[in-house]
This record gives sequence, structure tokens and C-alpha cells, in this order.
Amino acid sequence: MVAPALSLATPLPDRRPTVGTRASRLVLPVFTGFAVLFLFLPIAVMIGFSFNDPAGRQNITWQGFTLENYLTVWGRPDITGPMVTSLTVAAAATLVSTILGTLIGMALTRYDFRGRDGLNLLIFIPLATPEIILGASLLSMFVSLDVQRDIVTIVIAHVMFNISYVVVTVRARIAGFNRSLEEAAMDLGANEWTTFRKVTFPLIFPGILAAALLAFALSIDDYVITSFVAGRDITFPLWVFGVSRLGVPPEVNVLGTLIFVVALAFIAVQVWSQRRGISVTPGSAR
Amino acid sequence: MPRRWRWLIPYLFLIPGGLWLLAFFVVPMLVMASVSLQEGSLGTGYALTWNFGVYPEMIQQWAPQFARSLWYALVVTVVTLAIGYPMAYTIAFRGGRFKSILLLLVILPFFTAYIIRTLSWKLILADNGFLFGTLKDGGILDEGFRIIATPLAVISGLTYNFLPFMVLPLYVALEKIDPKLVEAATDLYASRVQAFLRVTLPLSMPGVFAGSLLTFIPSIGDFINSEILGSRATTMIGQIIQRLFLNNNAYPEASALGFMLMAAVLGLVFVYARVVGADQLTR
Repeated sequence: MVAPALSLATPLPDRRPTVGTRASRLVLPVFTGFAVLFLFLPIAVMIGFSFNDPAGRQNITWQGFTLENYLTVWGRPDITGPMVTSLTVAAAATLVSTILGTLIGMALTRYDFRGRDGLNLLIFIPLATPEIILGASLLSMFVSLDVQRDIVTIVIAHVMFNISYVVVTVRARIAGFNRSLEEAAMDLGANEWTTFRKVTFPLIFPGILAAALLAFALSIDDYVITSFVAGRDITFPLWVFGVSRLGVPPEVNVLGTLIFVVALAFIAVQVWSQRRGISVTPGSAR
Repeated sequence: MPRRWRWLIPYLFLIPGGLWLLAFFVVPMLVMASVSLQEGSLGTGYALTWNFGVYPEMIQQWAPQFARSLWYALVVTVVTLAIGYPMAYTIAFRGGRFKSILLLLVILPFFTAYIIRTLSWKLILADNGFLFGTLKDGGILDEGFRIIATPLAVISGLTYNFLPFMVLPLYVALEKIDPKLVEAATDLYASRVQAFLRVTLPLSMPGVFAGSLLTFIPSIGDFINSEILGSRATTMIGQIIQRLFLNNNAYPEASALGFMLMAAVLGLVFVYARVVGADQLTR
């Protein structure tokens, strides 16, 4: 009851800006909330329809809740087979590209050498090339050389497009690295190998881990490049696209949901461990 | 290792990865260049005839699809920037302790296969799907209302799929800005709008640059969204290249088109870099 009296006593021009500012302060968070919902909507649909009990082949209208798809999926080798291929490709491509990319990242950040600009360009241009060109040019080469296309060619292609991403990620981590820690280790009598093992590697490891996670995600997700270099062996995205015309069975949503949950758990653990890292050294938060 | 061989160390580090990129990126590009100038068929084999004529021929034949891809990619870049900038700004300056959670929400789509995401999007936009079907049954929407198979469907799919690529670099750029700079501007009697336009926006340009590239480049070459969400009237150049390569085995024509797409993209990237004044291209 005091408020109206106050507002009468206070001149209007003074109040208006506060009300306006207060409303405008809400605009951005509300907008961001809707945008995040927009991003989450298709995933919610995927998860929702993994519990659907469709009548025919088409899993597009809601028929009723069931958990059966989570059991039947394991008896569908036509779905789990490509998934195993995808996981194998992603694991192999992640391992190779993380090693090769980390080495390049170290060379670029810790040494001066001739041909540095050329190397930078060689890393950058694949990132600036549409995936379809990367796939098409590899196919041109494989066809010209009469190379049998199978899981090996898929891994080759995935390593190729992952290297640049690994270099960029690892380099960002090494760039913020304090060289005096290594010097201290050397001063205390450690040789180069021991210094690397005990000081350098543990410090850049979070960067390497982030790069490996990124490489794995990019690899398991890839459709465009894989569609060009795959022959006998097909990956999960290729299989899903192949059946999408006829209707995607709910088991696909089940596998999609499971991957999503596992990935989410992985990232949650990473975020949590990073938070702990930050709380140990408050100054390095920024 | 003896001291005089030390200069070799960086080369030992970069040679394995460098060779991989050389063998599976640079060489294939050269092969594709050569294939584009060949003539022949899969049965009789191909011969290099320096047939440069294929380039103008392909441009003439597929100009509408080329122009459409360029147009869609530009629209997608502008729309993702319009959605992504306020998002990144809010997360960076107003996120507080929810910053990492909000960022996690932004990259959530990455944890689902691109194909499945796009198929889900199709389900959402479907004429008689759970969304529009229900709205039509309720009489809220006209029976003839349709989004799927229109340019709007393709652009919305691309926008959805590439929005995180815009938000992340923008966030990184905005997060680096010292709030004291904005404070200083307002202390010196700049209005909030002026402070944003003269301080925050220019400082966030590297993020705008990186984000635009990361959405524009995959959009212009994309063929999934148009294939799944579009129709014949939304055919993009990526679909043509893919069909010529994989269905028609028309390798020279497909290679020529691929090369022109690559040239167009690199050309635009460098022009854009000049305009924005980004010298961080190769850094």
C-alpha cells in the first residue's frame, strides 16, 4: 500500500528508465532460453520417439509408450553392425589424429623453424574447405589409383579431417603454458624426457583430452565425407540415411539416445574436473 | 641428441601429420584438378585432354543451384549471427556461475548424429507430424499450411545444425573482453548502445569472423538438409556434386563443380578477411 503513494510522490521521469531497464534486462536471458530450447527440441524428439511403439515401419506419430525398443535393438545386427563400424572408425581415427595433431601442435608452439607459415596454411585450408570437397577429392584419388574402398579408407579420411581440429585445440592449450615450470624441472636435474613425462605432458593433457573428444565426436558424426570414401563397410550415419526414405525404425532413436547419454556423462565429468582445476588456481580462471 | 641436430626436432614432430595431410588432402586436390580436365567414361577409361570447357559448361548447367547454395548459406550465416550473438553475449556477460552449464547446453546437439538431428527436425516440421498436425486438428493452422519441402525448411535445418558453430567462437571472443573497458566507456558518457557499438562489438569481431566462416562454409556445401527437408526446388550444389560423383560416375563434371565451389569459398573467405580486417586467418 506504500508503493502507490511513493510512486505518486516520485516524479515519473525518474521511474520510467528503471522499469524500462528492468524489462530490457530480461530480454536477453529470455531470448537465450528460447534459443537453447530450439537447440534441444530435435534431441527431445529423438529421445521421446525412442520410447514410441509404432504400428508400421514409420516412426513419425506417437502411438504409445514402450521400453521394448531398448531390448529389441540388440537383436538387430543390421543396426548394431554399422554402429560397431562407426565406433571402430572413430576410435582408430581419434587415436591416430590425436597423436599426429598433438605433435604438430607442439612443433608450432615450442619451436622456430623454416616453413612455419606453409604448415599453418596446410592446417588451415582443410578447415576452410567444405566437407563435400574433402570427400570428393579423396574419392577422385581412390578411383584414379583403383583403391578398394572399405573401413581403411574411411579411417584415412577421418584422420585427415581431424588433424587440423586437434592441432587447433592442442595449440590453444600449449600457448597458455608456463615454460618456467619446465626450466625449474631441468634446474632440479631432470633430463628432457623426464621433464616431458613428469611436467609437460600432465600440463597439456587436458588439451589433448579435449582434442581427442572433439575428434571422436566429429568422426562418429560424419556423414558427408564418409559417404564418398565408404565402399563395402558402412557406418551408422550412412545406414540411417539409407533407410530414412523407407522410415527410420525406433531402434535408431534408441542408439542415438544411448550415445547422447554417454557423451553427456563424459562432458559432465570433464566440466566437473575442470571446475576443480580452476578452484585450485583461482587466478587462472580467465 | 647432439646439439647440432637440434634444428631437426620440430621437423620430426610435424612430419608424420604433415605427410598425412599432404597425401590425403593436397594430393587428392591435385588429382581432382586433373580429373576435372579429363574426358572419357568409367567403362573406357579416362584420358587427360585439358578439357577446360567443362568449367563454363558446368557453370551454365548448374548456375541456379550454385546461386541458391550461396544465397542459402548467406541467409543462414546472417540468421545464426542474429540468434547466436545475443546468446553468446548473454552467456559471456550474464552467465555468472551458470556459464559452463549454458555452454554445455549450446553444444548438446553435437552429441547426437547430424543425420538423426536432421531427421528429428523433419519430424518436427512434417505436415501431419505431432506439431503441425496437432495445430491443424485444433484449427489453429490452415490445412494447406506447410513448411517441409520449402526453402524455409532447408534454411531452418541449416540454421539449427550450425548455430553452435556460431555461438562458440563468439562466446570465446566476448568472454575475453574486460568489462572494465565497457565501464570506462560509460564513465566517459557513452550511452550503453554507444559503448556496445564502439567497444564491445569491435573487440568481438574475431569471434564474428570465425563464427561466420564456421557456419557459411559447411552450409554452402551441405546436401543433407536439402535432401531430407527440401524438395527439387531447393536442390543445392552439394547434392549435384554428390549425385554426379556417386550415382552418375560423372567424375570430370563433378570434379569441375567441386573445384569451382572450393574456389568460390576460398575467394569469399579471403575477401571477407580483408573486409573484416582479420589477420588471424592463419594464426
